[in-house]
Amino acid sequence: MERPLTQYIRPPGQPPLTLREYEMKGGYAAVRKALAGISPEGVQQAVKDSGLKGRGGAGFNTGMKWSFVPMGKDASGTKYLIANADEMEPGTFKDRMLVEGNPHQLIEGMILAAYAIQATISYVFLRWAYRYAAQLLKNSIQEAYSAGYLGKNILGSGYSLDMYLHTGVGRYMCGEETALLNALEGKRATPRSKPPFPQVSGLFGKPTIVNNVETLCCIPHIVNNGAAWFKSLSLSEDEGGTKIYGVSGKVKIPGAWELPMGVTMRELIEEHAGGMQDGFGLKGVLPGGASTDFLTSDHLDIKMDFKSISSAGSRLGTGTMVVLDDATCPVGFVHNLQHFFAQESCGWCTPCREGLPWVERILLSIEKGNGTEEDLRLLEMHTQLLGPGNTFCALAPGAMEPLQSALKYFKADFDDHIKEKKCPYSHADHLYR
Amino acid sequence: MPTIYIDKKPYEVPAGKNLLEVCLSLGFDLPYFCWHPALGSVGACRQCAVKVFKDQEDTKGRLVMSCMETVKDGLYASVGDKAAKDFRAQIIEWLMTNHPHDCPVCDEGGSCHLQDMTVMTGHDYRRYHFKKRTYRNQYLGPLVHHEMNRCIQCYRCVRFYRDYAGGKDLDVFSAHNHVYFGREKDGVLQSPFSGNLVEVCPTGVFTDKTLKTHYTRKWDLTTAPSVCPHCSLGCNIIAGERYGALRNIVNRFNGEVNGYFLCDRGRYGYEFVNSPNRITQPLLRGRTVEAVDEGVLMEEVRNLLTRSQGVRSPGVVESQGMGSPAVGAPAPRTRLVGIGSPRASVESNFALMQLVGKENFYQGVTEDDAYLARRIVEVLASGTVHSASLKDIGSADAVLILGEDVWNTAPVMVLAVRQSVQNTAAAQAAQQLSLPVWNDLAIRQFVQDKKGFLANCTVAPSPLDEISGCTVHAAPDTIARLGFAIAHLLRPSLPEVAGLGEEEASKAATIARALESAKKPVVISGVSCCSDASIRAAYDIAAALDKADRPACIAYVLPECNSMGLAMMGAASVEAVVGAKGGGPAAVRGSEPDLTAIILENDLYRVLPEARADAFFDRCQKVIVLESLNNRTTAKADVLIPAATFAEGDGTFVNNEGRAQRFFQVFIPAIGPIRESWKWLRKIRSLLTAAANGHEPHPDQLLVELERSLPQFAGISGAAPSQDFRIHGEAIAREPHRYSGRTAMLANLSVSEPGPGQDGDSPLSFTMEGYQGIPPSPLIPFFWAPGWNSVQSVNKYQQEPGGPLRGGDPGRRLFEKRTALGEGDGKAAPGEGDWKVAPGEEDWKAAPGEGDWKVAPGGEDIFFKDIPEAFTVRQQKWLLLPDHLVFGSGELSVYTKALRELSPQPYVAISHNDALQLAAADGAVIRLITDQQEYPLPVKIIEGMSDGMVMVPAGLPEMPAMSWGAWVDLKMQTQEP
Repeated sequence: MERPLTQYIRPPGQPPLTLREYEMKGGYAAVRKALAGISPEGVQQAVKDSGLKGRGGAGFNTGMKWSFVPMGKDASGTKYLIANADEMEPGTFKDRMLVEGNPHQLIEGMILAAYAIQATISYVFLRWAYRYAAQLLKNSIQEAYSAGYLGKNILGSGYSLDMYLHTGVGRYMCGEETALLNALEGKRATPRSKPPFPQVSGLFGKPTIVNNVETLCCIPHIVNNGAAWFKSLSLSEDEGGTKIYGVSGKVKIPGAWELPMGVTMRELIEEHAGGMQDGFGLKGVLPGGASTDFLTSDHLDIKMDFKSISSAGSRLGTGTMVVLDDATCPVGFVHNLQHFFAQESCGWCTPCREGLPWVERILLSIEKGNGTEEDLRLLEMHTQLLGPGNTFCALAPGAMEPLQSALKYFKADFDDHIKEKKCPYSHADHLYR
Repeated sequence: MPTIYIDKKPYEVPAGKNLLEVCLSLGFDLPYFCWHPALGSVGACRQCAVKVFKDQEDTKGRLVMSCMETVKDGLYASVGDKAAKDFRAQIIEWLMTNHPHDCPVCDEGGSCHLQDMTVMTGHDYRRYHFKKRTYRNQYLGPLVHHEMNRCIQCYRCVRFYRDYAGGKDLDVFSAHNHVYFGREKDGVLQSPFSGNLVEVCPTGVFTDKTLKTHYTRKWDLTTAPSVCPHCSLGCNIIAGERYGALRNIVNRFNGEVNGYFLCDRGRYGYEFVNSPNRITQPLLRGRTVEAVDEGVLMEEVRNLLTRSQGVRSPGVVESQGMGSPAVGAPAPRTRLVGIGSPRASVESNFALMQLVGKENFYQGVTEDDAYLARRIVEVLASGTVHSASLKDIGSADAVLILGEDVWNTAPVMVLAVRQSVQNTAAAQAAQQLSLPVWNDLAIRQFVQDKKGFLANCTVAPSPLDEISGCTVHAAPDTIARLGFAIAHLLRPSLPEVAGLGEEEASKAATIARALESAKKPVVISGVSCCSDASIRAAYDIAAALDKADRPACIAYVLPECNSMGLAMMGAASVEAVVGAKGGGPAAVRGSEPDLTAIILENDLYRVLPEARADAFFDRCQKVIVLESLNNRTTAKADVLIPAATFAEGDGTFVNNEGRAQRFFQVFIPAIGPIRESWKWLRKIRSLLTAAANGHEPHPDQLLVELERSLPQFAGISGAAPSQDFRIHGEAIAREPHRYSGRTAMLANLSVSEPGPGQDGDSPLSFTMEGYQGIPPSPLIPFFWAPGWNSVQSVNKYQQEPGGPLRGGDPGRRLFEKRTALGEGDGKAAPGEGDWKVAPGEEDWKAAPGEGDWKVAPGGEDIFFKDIPEAFTVRQQKWLLLPDHLVFGSGELSVYTKALRELSPQPYVAISHNDALQLAAADGAVIRLITDQQEYPLPVKIIEGMSDGMVMVPAGLPEMPAMSWGAWVDLKMQTQEP
């Protein structure tokens, strides 16, 4: 089985490939190839044909996204390419693995993506907590400049690109691409209204593409091996490539693995994560991070691709799942998530800013045994009113996904809390002290 | 016009608007918070949600925020849809989770947009039963009170303060439901527009701190439409009174003038009306206070004046109209002169002119000031270029400021200039993105730092510099020369400026190019740098730019609220009667024993250097002063007559644009016979003409007489409906129907309820009885509509939100640009006095406003060609120039304690180089020597100011009148003289 993204990642504790080592393994060949003989439109087309879908969670065709950037005569002035490395989704650590494991792969992907849209300035927007990654990226960008892969007239092609590392201050909002742009401009990380889309009016009002780290890491391999090859890596139709899947929770071997797009949840949990820890049963799964709907053990044979998960009523999201076991209180679990979302609301629009803290408090109240039937109705109401379109961006609708599915699949647990006026799970004792 | 369907009914609506604006225009009560007509849409509060359907068949629809939805032909929307209504009510419940519900102790209670919207959505029961978050409030200075717990996070405050007004020290901090609007740390808000936060805030976070010291519920105020007396722009205000004290000032929307906003001098400068320094009763020199009543006063005045002029035959006076000494009357044994005032109304100045005769009436300003104002009147009256309203400036796409310190002399004009700069860039962005301009967030993100063209040429650096593409700091003559150079580039037939420096030439070229490529250029100048050359140069530029397809505008800033009205009367300056600067032998008391002076609302010690004012008073046999506040001039009065302030009287000011605007009496003063000066003067005149039949004239009559005797004022009587205007036979009520306590408020003094005051001068009544609907725009005493108790109710008074008031914005322009045919261009505001209230109701027709005054000939000849010599630094001499201050320079506004607190101490501002040369450190005391006087003052070094000049704060109460434009000496304290 081919693992293009992680093939050169060394075991934990060892430093990643230097530029020289990376080149020895065929690194930057895609940049040479593209700059020597593929037009920007050619790169765009290859990526479009490869079926690569955005790995940040939205699952939009990457080549298609690029195609909205004004090119040629329509384009005037600077364009930007930004790597979204602000990995803040709870339970998600795949981009960290890629950046720490092979920073040059990301840089190469960024150069290719920037070339494809003819951007001349690029940024890595990195989560503040990824300090080691920051250090590696800083060195690697420097190496790439020294080797002539960045800067003026790259490899004599006439194409120039600068790259900067920007570390955030730790806001979940910055994962939202328009809030990221505001943050990068030094403004508050509040989302922007669309239209205009960043492809037209992005960073500093200029055409901009924001891509996820994993998405960008796929680009060199598509350019090297072609769209058809990339497509063939996948087990799913229309969704090319491999995917970094992750599992966290009470499984035997939590971690992240590069697997063909479209493996089943069962394979992921049972084969790669080693199944549930002894004494714990699987109660539910957040398939793609904290902002996706719960699925249950009934859904284990569903393929982990955008289309299949979505038809099961959830989202692939980042593809890094969080497993809920049967000894953990689902109310407390969801409360913990809502605490996070309420905290990370940027405070721009009313429903999110005021609704999420209310939801969080109701959940805590239920967990403590003070809940009422009215509280359940209020939670239900929030899941409906904090839907897409009612709020300014997708944060609150995302927050409502685990809540609405918890109310659907774990209703009995909520009812028990209210009936027994306490949390039936033993680990919750601290709540009553 | 697109047709849209709201709740299945078709409506024709203007294209390009958003659905919220359209719904409000159509009379739907749709709640909103973050949207503001002047600030645009950002979609933050989610309060204005409505349903939109794909087509007629779609029954499900989807929720959209109406403020973010552009209306398109065939749009199906529902305001009344249950899901939309429920969502709007839910938004309020969310906002209420942290709102303290302290309405009974909140200043906004009862006039609060949040209350109105809460009631509008039907939300009544809050299900949130957890703790609320609380904030620490900040000290924001003496003008604005901060109460953050009430905040509903609509973001309007920062959007106004930062984006609209360019302030920097108010910001939004923190995140999620801890979002905080305030300063980085406690401190005085730095923007001179901070008071607008009080009106922009939809609830009680930012409230008027001066109102707090004498608080009254807003519906308990007696209010009247008024005009700000604190600068020449004439911003429209609503002034409110209770218990005989003026309580607050709020904005009165006028789309052509101030729009939605005021400056802090205007908003807070009202406290002089309540000052203990007020003159509340007549005084006669040598008589005790108790001995003087109105009868005694009138007797004394009659004696004084008959002695000076002799009794004239009433018939002659009537026929002449102007009260010039009657033919055949006994030769006057003394000479009666009148000194007018730029801060007194047109009516009062004219009444004085009538009383003393045209040739004995003098403008109460120096010859220099009168000369500058005369130049401006000439230019505007020539009708060759359009006199710019503030709206014209706001919608310009290139602005040149030539020499005027707009920031300090006409603050609200700064907002207009900022609008021009921003709107120009926004309009380009909107076109490029195919988005509507009201989509504020999207437009700003695209615009970034791009700006429309502004060239700011001032003597000293100004906060406006940061938005100007081209900045010049130089001496007035240098600025004027730059102006003439620009004019020459635009019209090569105009003379070239000789000896222009390379840098100046390139700046002139940049500015000329920008103005030339603009569709609507505006040139701004004024009197603040005391240079007639810049006034002339500004005109030359505007006239050279003006073309049929690209009308150029010109705006001049003047010193006082009625400087324009006074200048238009064409009288000589006060120096013509006092004696010119340094000219003539020193006057000796008694050398001209027959001079009797009537001084109208003017402190001559603020106009003339002390010695000259003293000399003048020494020459006068008798001095009659009409004034509202005691000052050094009133101390010289033999007869002191208590004059009404703007709040206690009716009158008309002509603003810098040439717009005549009526202000109406707010209340009848509780103590003393305080009356408008014109009323006193007319009374005095009737004594002399023996026509004292007890009939007092009202302002309309006075204005008609003015139009007859000074045709340049033609149309001024049409500025507002006349005193006999009624709707359904009713006067317009000054008090809202919610006014409380009328029968009880004086019950502690007397149980018998005093009768209501009568107003014979205007169509307004002093009670809550009267017409409560929407009156003609000049007569709006307050904004209120059912369900809209806050200032937001102004929407209901407008043709469309943000648009002009129904029936046209108030005011009557006295200058109109002439077309080739010599006709006005028909842009006269409220066209032919079309104050239609509703069909069938009484119409009010103004007298036709065809101003026909032409001072200077039109065409090529009007261009000014005399270019001043370049400014050169003199050895050991400095050019003395005024430094105007928003807070401090206003004669009346400093009576407000809070504004006094914000005004600086006197100083001497010099350039960095000059300070070095004089070995003067910042703050060191230096002696300024002028008019044989020495003033030891601390040095203020101004980076960016040119050498050879010295600026001293103008108009501070502790500073005497100075001879601006004189060459003065500066000596360090330690040096020997």
